[in-house]
Amino acid sequence: MTAVIAWSDVEVGTELPTQSFGVQRVDLVKYAGASGDFNVIHWNERVATAVGLPNVIAHGMFTMAEAIRVVTDWAGDPGAVVQYGVRFTRPVVVPDNDHGATIEVAAKVSAKNDDGTVTVAITASSEGSTVLGKASAVVRLA
Amino acid sequence: MALNPEFVGRIYPPSTPYLVGREKVREFADAIGDSNPAYHDVDAARALGHADLVAPPTFAIVMSMKASHAVILDPELGLDYSRVVHGEQSFTYVRPIVAGDELVVTTSIENIRTMAGNDMITTRGDIATVDGTPVASTVSLIISRAPEDAS
Repeated sequence: MTAVIAWSDVEVGTELPTQSFGVQRVDLVKYAGASGDFNVIHWNERVATAVGLPNVIAHGMFTMAEAIRVVTDWAGDPGAVVQYGVRFTRPVVVPDNDHGATIEVAAKVSAKNDDGTVTVAITASSEGSTVLGKASAVVRLA
Repeated sequence: MALNPEFVGRIYPPSTPYLVGREKVREFADAIGDSNPAYHDVDAARALGHADLVAPPTFAIVMSMKASHAVILDPELGLDYSRVVHGEQSFTYVRPIVAGDELVVTTSIENIRTMAGNDMITTRGDIATVDGTPVASTVSLIISRAPEDAS
């Protein structure tokens, strides 16, 4: 594993480049197929609203997969991620229109660990609401 | 409906082996819109020191969810799947999952509780090679939301 970022070059508070990720209904269909999670609330508006949701919502795991891209793109090697955890605080609502929804992701180094890793705190929001809580990753740097 | 607390601590037999295929890694990466060369190009993955294509950090959910579904859909547990949402998720890696890995998942139930009418179950998936070498572990909190008229 060869991250391109060196542990010695990083300080607590170092900010990773922010990214935003669009999500439309077709992305949820593709994710359902690739992941095997065919829960109806991720593709059927009738069922989603019947169980009290505002509309079709993205898989939490889709949002989780997008959020870590800020870290893997920065580190240079996706295999450098040794730990990653999130809490799903609010759903990403994906309306049936030409725009869908957008997930905004920011991250910064919150700790430098003695074993050559850093802890990165991640924030993710959609339409102004935080969608992930306690999101953090541990990354082994060069 | 309260979940059956007798399920806490149960450890299930290992899943049938899951063979991580190159095209599955590429399909998963495409589905999350990620063109990272380590997910698509074998030479690029090898240049980073990996044996083959690297699976994205959340890829382990594919096999861990498959293994845990048999558990959480057990009628004796009493989970209402139509009201299920994902509460928390974490992954811990001994090493990255790569194409060509043949992996088994051992699912266990770590915790069951009810808060404000919401049933919550925490499952753990220990992922190892078929030879028994640990690769990763996943922890999932699944919540079955209380019906609106029960609050």
